[in-house]
Amino acid sequence: MHLTRLALTDFRSYAELSIELGPGVTTFSGPNGEGKTNLVEAISYLATLGSHRVATDAPLVRRGAQRAVLRALVTATRGSSLLEIELNPGRANRARLNRAPLPRPRDILGALRTVLFAPEDLALVKGDPAERRRFLDDLLAATAPRYAGVRADYERVLRQRTSLLKSAGAKSTLRGPAREAVTATLDAWDAQLARVGAQLLAGRVRLITALRPHVAAAYEAVRGGPVSAAGSVLRMCYRSTVADPGSDHGPDDQIPGLEAAMLKALAGIRDSELDRGICLVGPHRDELDLSIGGLPARGYASHGESWALALAFRLASFELLRQTREDPVLILDDVFAELDAGRRERLAALVVGAEQVLVTAAVPADVPGILEGAQFDVHGGLVRRAA
Amino acid sequence: MYEGVIQNLIDELGRLPGVGPKGAQRIAFHLLAADQADVKRLADALIEVTERVRFCRTCGNVAEAEECRICLDPRRDPTVICVVEEPKDVAAVEKIREFRGRYHVLGGAISPIDGVGPDELRIKELMTRLTDGTVTELILATDPNLEGEATAAYLARLVKPMGLRVTRPASGLPVGGDLEYADEVTLGRAFEGRRLLDV
Ligand SMILES: Nc1ncnc2c1ncn2[C@@H]1O[C@H](COP(=O)(O)OP(=O)(O)OP(=O)(O)O)[C@@H](O)[C@H]1O
Ligand SMILES: [Mg+2]
Ligand SMILES: [Zn+2]
Repeated sequence: MHLTRLALTDFRSYAELSIELGPGVTTFSGPNGEGKTNLVEAISYLATLGSHRVATDAPLVRRGAQRAVLRALVTATRGSSLLEIELNPGRANRARLNRAPLPRPRDILGALRTVLFAPEDLALVKGDPAERRRFLDDLLAATAPRYAGVRADYERVLRQRTSLLKSAGAKSTLRGPAREAVTATLDAWDAQLARVGAQLLAGRVRLITALRPHVAAAYEAVRGGPVSAAGSVLRMCYRSTVADPGSDHGPDDQIPGLEAAMLKALAGIRDSELDRGICLVGPHRDELDLSIGGLPARGYASHGESWALALAFRLASFELLRQTREDPVLILDDVFAELDAGRRERLAALVVGAEQVLVTAAVPADVPGILEGAQFDVHGGLVRRAA
Repeated sequence: MYEGVIQNLIDELGRLPGVGPKGAQRIAFHLLAADQADVKRLADALIEVTERVRFCRTCGNVAEAEECRICLDPRRDPTVICVVEEPKDVAAVEKIREFRGRYHVLGGAISPIDGVGPDELRIKELMTRLTDGTVTELILATDPNLEGEATAAYLARLVKPMGLRVTRPASGLPVGGDLEYADEVTLGRAFEGRRLLDV
């Protein structure tokens, strides 16, 4: 699929913007802070309903404005569609697809799919486990939109259950009937947590199995050497707080088994949970372990190795998504500046065949020559097609 | 801002569910421009409900007497109780015209975030209704969302020792939805396909 038009109102630094795009490579260049990332952030938001830079919507609305509107025209094999999202920080956002209002904004997911490479991706390797969980869940939702619902449900059950644990914890010396009452209500929420959590867990496990060969291949390609070389073997393993990692490959993906394992884990840890007032087991506490040459990537890998691994994750996402359906839109925000010449060339060669590639760069010379295509100058709040 | 009484009306309308500040203003000015007799009828209806409508002491449904029309109707099957969250859900299930049992309105669903636990719902009243052994089947028709599911799970466990047949309307209900918004056909099918809750 590819975007043919992007229109923004009061999004980030743009009061009003409308640009026409086409398939193939398009490069946006201009000095630092002129609004290149703002552009691609908007596109990625239309695809994921989130920003890769901030957790809340407020910074996305232009200073002084009340709301932002994002519109994109997308051409896919199924035909073209018009996506519209209105950001109302503090209130409900609204989404329309082909002018029809959607009951929930998340119903728009799937109409546009993107894979975004950005400097922030380094956090995938160097950051907290939460970064890797978010990566998995975002990709899961991109491969099957129903997981956006599963994830939202899981987060809501978690909030409900945490709230219950907190209020029960406040009366920590609960005994007799009062304790039984809390226990009975907890049982009901445990059942929900296990039911929804097992679906999320199964999805993640399946995703990792599918992703593993792609990550290995992409890592090898970006590094420019066979991964089999000693000291460079890449391993990824899902470590669950719920199920025993049955093998190297982590827990299996059967929902009933995972649900039972979750219920068992919850029963085993209930007293600590009541003491501490937080949910201690479940997919929200799991980790995707990454190691290179037997050493944990986090804390051991070099800057360049970390970058290569982060890129490998994005490339693998792209390969996985294009395997089952048409190409997602590829977005490369400022990635070439960080790479040496060899890696730049190899990355460019890997992505050049995609249906649409959107590239941003402060220094146009950093972008390898094979990625030539349409050029836009981003400067002074304007985005103009370069002559 | 408008003059005292008008602003007052706008504020009151704005507190209604589904009415925003703009909508409140529109309704207020519509009423000001409307035929006096029409507005009077609306005002009378409002006063009448507040004075006459109460909640059924047995099931918690809206009623015009101590008990509601359904609890008073001797043709309704006393062995089956359908548990719902709100009086509006009673109306929704009644629309399918197939359910011949009685109701129990909980007054909401378990939601710790909102400070709603079992004690805040009409669960004790339900348990009282189950003591004499007349009721043999309980249909848990709470909303098909997380809070509704949790409430159904809670109730299913609670009544388990009583050996009742406990069911929950199954497939067809849009997940994440409100019972009230399901159309009759969907709701009817869901009631036919109700499943036993195994706990
Ligand atoms: N909500 C907002 N309202 C107004 N301006 C904003 C808002 N959010 C960000 N900006 C402005 O947008 C600019 C940053 O834009 P952006 O991140 O797209 O830069 P860039 O062109 O990608 O730069 P670099 O080359 O450094 O990555 C900053 O000058 C910032 O002040
Ligand atoms: Mg930038
Ligand atoms: Zn009644």
